[in-house]
Amino acid sequence: MFSYCTDPSTLDGLKWLSCYLTTGKHMSFYASFGTVLALLAITAPVALLFGFAGASAARARIAPIRWLGKSYTAIVRGVPDIAFFLFFVIALDQAFEWMRHKVKCPDWDQPIRQGSDFIVCDAAKLPLSSSPQWIHEAYGFSLAVLTFAIVFGAFAANVLYGAMRAVPRAQLETAEAYGMSHRQTFWRILVPQMWTYALPGLSNLWMILIKATPLLFLLGVEDVVYWARELGATKTAKFSDYPHGNWHMQYFFGLLVFYLAFTSLSERVFKRISARLSHGQATAAGEAQRKAAQ
Amino acid sequence: MKKLILTTTALAMTASFAMADTVRMGTEGAYAPWNFVNDAGEIDGFERELGDELCKRAELECTWVKNEWDSIIPNLVSSNYDTIIAGMSITPERDEVIDFTQAYTPADPSAYAAMSADVNLESGVIAAQATTIQAGFVAAQGWTLVEFATPEETVAAVKNGEADAVLADKSFLDTMVGQDGLVMLERMEAIGGGVGMGLRESDPELRAKFDAAIQSMKDDGSLNTLIAKWEVSTQW
Repeated sequence: MFSYCTDPSTLDGLKWLSCYLTTGKHMSFYASFGTVLALLAITAPVALLFGFAGASAARARIAPIRWLGKSYTAIVRGVPDIAFFLFFVIALDQAFEWMRHKVKCPDWDQPIRQGSDFIVCDAAKLPLSSSPQWIHEAYGFSLAVLTFAIVFGAFAANVLYGAMRAVPRAQLETAEAYGMSHRQTFWRILVPQMWTYALPGLSNLWMILIKATPLLFLLGVEDVVYWARELGATKTAKFSDYPHGNWHMQYFFGLLVFYLAFTSLSERVFKRISARLSHGQATAAGEAQRKAAQ
Repeated sequence: MKKLILTTTALAMTASFAMADTVRMGTEGAYAPWNFVNDAGEIDGFERELGDELCKRAELECTWVKNEWDSIIPNLVSSNYDTIIAGMSITPERDEVIDFTQAYTPADPSAYAAMSADVNLESGVIAAQATTIQAGFVAAQGWTLVEFATPEETVAAVKNGEADAVLADKSFLDTMVGQDGLVMLERMEAIGGGVGMGLRESDPELRAKFDAAIQSMKDDGSLNTLIAKWEVSTQW
């Protein structure tokens, strides 16, 4: 990176550190923070969407849809995250490839499962084995987003389902008395009011999601924890220009600071949202705001 | 010359059709000197150099993929990459699930490293990387085994006293002994066959290509030169 970095063994102190912290490996480490933030930024809205769909389905009037919504939340919430991440992603990947295989190679005569091998034709591979590495990484990343969204969507569905039931019955009755249809009542009265009840549960989920990102490495996405482990490992002079002992402690302390700063920032944001949503609500928080304004 | 032009055109054509001529090489990237991630963040080591040379001889285009050791075989059989080149010893158990090329390094004994030379292995706690021949060996002896996901952690366990000794490939421990008072024990264990490349059982053509390339490197002595350069094992 810097011109004086050609022979790090002659450097010491801050100069050595400045070279050490700007190696290509460290750049990948810094970039992985972006990966984690991007994952959170994409997963949170998608999971909320899954949750909303799940909650709406769970209180649908048509029985099969209701069963679908209820079994989604029950099954996904009951399976341990790690088992879900290890099993589900490979299954999902194979399902995609199987579908593409059926479409793209209809005249393929060999079986897809040969012993323990899972073989599809070259054109059906996802991504194609000739595509550059970044496409493989982007594909792994989107699988991760989808899996996270499904898992956290199930929890969000349960939170939203509870929130929908917490909206005072009198509000809905009034809407009905005004002649609103079931759909109008849902979208105009229920949905705008439920968020204040859902927020504590959703903020919990967000905090758990932040801390769950190291699961990314199970999916082959190189996240902050992977790089901290790799960079902190003992380096000998033979294989690295920057030999050092086991520095896991320092790197993981850095991660600790990152996660703490991030969660405390989130907490502040949630406080603001909560204050906004309590405006004019028939809740203790809304009542307190009314009193303060008088 | 004509042949050269022909092959280049053929290569260019296949590339433009995006057919699967790229071979994806899966490795762990945490097992110096066999394979590790260098300062620039790239895969480096004996197997990187060997793999690149094999691909050149077999006229294949290769890219490198990192994968955790624990899931390195499942990801091969589900076609996330095409080969495993990660210091993997050829064993009958693994051979049931995947195929191996001929060995590219001879069978070498595994060694112990501990904090003192007079540690009692039978009654002590032995660390080894999970799903390795060394872990299998310790378990078969009936000794107390603690398993770790990465080689680094097995050595760290000995240093912090969680385990009394670590059993691993001698070439890996060679890079670790001497630090923080870690010493190599006299005792060695002759376990495992040589180290070979792992491929899917349904992929015999690719295996034949790499087999031939390994043979040609054995024949002209370049494999021995590489082994000497990285000090991974004894010579052929």
